[in-house]
Amino acid sequence: MESEQAVFYSRLLTELTLSFHIIYATIGVGIPFLIFLAQWLGIKKQDEHYILLARRWTRGFVITVAVGVVTGTAIGLQLNLLWPTFMELAGHVIALPLFMETFAFFFEAIFLGIYLYTWDRFRDQRKHMLLLVPVAIGASFSAVFITMVNAFMNAPQGFELANGELINVEPLVAMFNPAMPTKVSHVVATAYMTSAFVLAAIGAFRLLRGSNHIYHKKALLLTLKVGLVFSIASAIIGDFAGKYLAEYQPEKLAAMEWHFETEEQASLTLLGFLANGEEIKFSIEVPYALSILAHGDPNAEVIGLDQFAEDEIPPLYIHYLFNIMVIIGMITMIIALFYIVGNALNRTFVKNRFFLWLIVSSGPLSMIAIEAGWWLAEVGRQPWVLRGILRTENAATTSNHVDFMLLFFIGLYLVLGLASVIVLTRMFKNNPVERELLDQQRNGR
Amino acid sequence: MSYEIIGIVVLWLFLFGYIIVASIDFGAGFFHAYSVLTNKHHIISKIVQRYLSPVWEVTNVFLVFFFVGIVGFFPSTAYYYGTVLLVPASLSLILLAIRGSYYAFTTYGKLRSKFWTYLYGFSGLFIPASLSIVLTISEGGFVEEDNNELSLQYATLFASPLTWSIVILSLTSVLYISAVFLTWYANKAKDQPATDLLRKYALIWAGPAIITATGIIIELRTHNPVHFQRMLDLWWMFAISGILFITTVYLIWQKRSYGLAFFLLTGQFFIAFYAYGISHYPYLLYPYLTIDEGFTSEGMAIALIIAFIAGFCLLIPSLWLLLRLFLFNKDYVEGKIK
Repeated sequence: MESEQAVFYSRLLTELTLSFHIIYATIGVGIPFLIFLAQWLGIKKQDEHYILLARRWTRGFVITVAVGVVTGTAIGLQLNLLWPTFMELAGHVIALPLFMETFAFFFEAIFLGIYLYTWDRFRDQRKHMLLLVPVAIGASFSAVFITMVNAFMNAPQGFELANGELINVEPLVAMFNPAMPTKVSHVVATAYMTSAFVLAAIGAFRLLRGSNHIYHKKALLLTLKVGLVFSIASAIIGDFAGKYLAEYQPEKLAAMEWHFETEEQASLTLLGFLANGEEIKFSIEVPYALSILAHGDPNAEVIGLDQFAEDEIPPLYIHYLFNIMVIIGMITMIIALFYIVGNALNRTFVKNRFFLWLIVSSGPLSMIAIEAGWWLAEVGRQPWVLRGILRTENAATTSNHVDFMLLFFIGLYLVLGLASVIVLTRMFKNNPVERELLDQQRNGR
Repeated sequence: MSYEIIGIVVLWLFLFGYIIVASIDFGAGFFHAYSVLTNKHHIISKIVQRYLSPVWEVTNVFLVFFFVGIVGFFPSTAYYYGTVLLVPASLSLILLAIRGSYYAFTTYGKLRSKFWTYLYGFSGLFIPASLSIVLTISEGGFVEEDNNELSLQYATLFASPLTWSIVILSLTSVLYISAVFLTWYANKAKDQPATDLLRKYALIWAGPAIITATGIIIELRTHNPVHFQRMLDLWWMFAISGILFITTVYLIWQKRSYGLAFFLLTGQFFIAFYAYGISHYPYLLYPYLTIDEGFTSEGMAIALIIAFIAGFCLLIPSLWLLLRLFLFNKDYVEGKIK
């Protein structure tokens, strides 16, 4: 009984830390790339608006990075504290990318520190811009390496188990597992996409709040272009991810699609809810679509939940998470597309208040999609922490104090979350773009 | 040299690096908070802020490096220490979070609040205290194994004089290391009042630091005789460390060569830290875990060492650039450029 409680609270605390950290981590991966784009455009077009965009984004970005460092350290250490058995096993096989992630982050932190304090030290602006390259590379590679570890949890390989001992460990084979390509590219693409929509939302919000400055319009067009490109990329990668699941984790695919019976020409279930266990109501069935998603062939057979033991399938509510993720991805893609096309054709609807509110919503919505996606990834792997090898309930700590620690961390994240919102809003409210541009002109820059 | 020795030597180096840079960071935060409390912040807060702002994230990475690295090289530590350290390490994490958010909100976010400054300054003393518990636990006698379940004996731990000696050592050495470094930094910045004040702090904390360090060796004689004996065998290392200590204090007393003084201090701690580490060999956790039993497979060890060398080649030039632009840049240190 006691150990069951330890498992329950360990899961809860990990879910909490991961859900909180992923907000800052996603922004941390995507925004350096956008700052780079803005500064590059500014230098190329000799347009001070883009330079200022880079400067202001950086100012907000460092706050999210600092909080991300804190929560990242928390998740890193917590994994050892809450899942000691899993980490012992993981240490033997998948320690390499974990180790490399710290290098990537180290690299990023050093250059971010330099970039931040050297805005006016270089006569040639391009030299300062180049400092962002290691920042952006370090940030993206942090995501790549960590996601490799997560991919390994879904498709463990590169070792053999003999009498409970791990033998013939091949670190590179473990790193480059079958789940790796789709997972890594999906995480990186959605981080760029989400960061772009979050920044677009801020720009749209300023326009709604009465500012009519061209600065915000430039910001909006730039971020929505990036958002469109990466939401399309994410969707395409998502399709590949479906094919990966069909081959390597069919139970996850079947659970998230509510595909109960193994069949050919399988249809895809959209929306709906589940009544009495297995009865799907109010759903939209798209014929052949699941077979196409899984195997790229409308007649292909898709394995259903009937092929798996009751205690080896993930909870069925992941279908909702999957739908939230996909639908939000579609909505934001359409918003970005309409804005870009409307803007190119000089249509007035892009200035419409309702449409601007839609853009504002794209920021929080894409963050919700990120959360839903990670919950789908983690809950969808259950009951395994290492698929097919180590069950979650056998991996948790046996300590009795996890519930207590949970309370501490809830308090910590509340303070951190609230403080970051207050500090960020105050920072930009007290120093609007108009005033900063005026100051710059006065100082003769 | 076998792979496990290479592994532990490298990890020990990172832990040493963390102890030095984090001590500077923690102590600086404490002196800063203390100066606000006693209305002397006009003297040292500029020096502290100018040094700390660009480098704090780097400090944190040293710690992450150490715990990620030790799980990589010695996966069994994840099981033993992970289970046992849930409460102390979680508390350290929360304290570290408070410090990190100080930079986020006060330095970058321009949130002016004395409350955060105090929280930041005093958390800097609690973190070394809570982290140093790990060293105490590693000496053995505080962990019980029962039906394959490990548990930390809190009552024994808190009643042990060893625990408190190590806690006090961590505090005194944090303040000593930090004061010596900042004296040098303030002197480089040609800030005479700050140099004088920090020099005074350095001299005040030198005595307590060396007394507590000696005290721990004596504690170990009863607590862990095996370790104590191995330490006696390495008496010459501790002797060199002691000579370096005396030279450092002498230089600071004479107001001479602060840079050299800090360098000698680093040497003093380096030698003492490795002497402690070597005498701890082969145990990672008395008496449960040795470095041979806990070691990862050969393939992983080679991969980690290669990754480490490659990463090092990337990092050393970057760190050099960081130091050149901030720590060793005369105009920056003197506050002429931001």
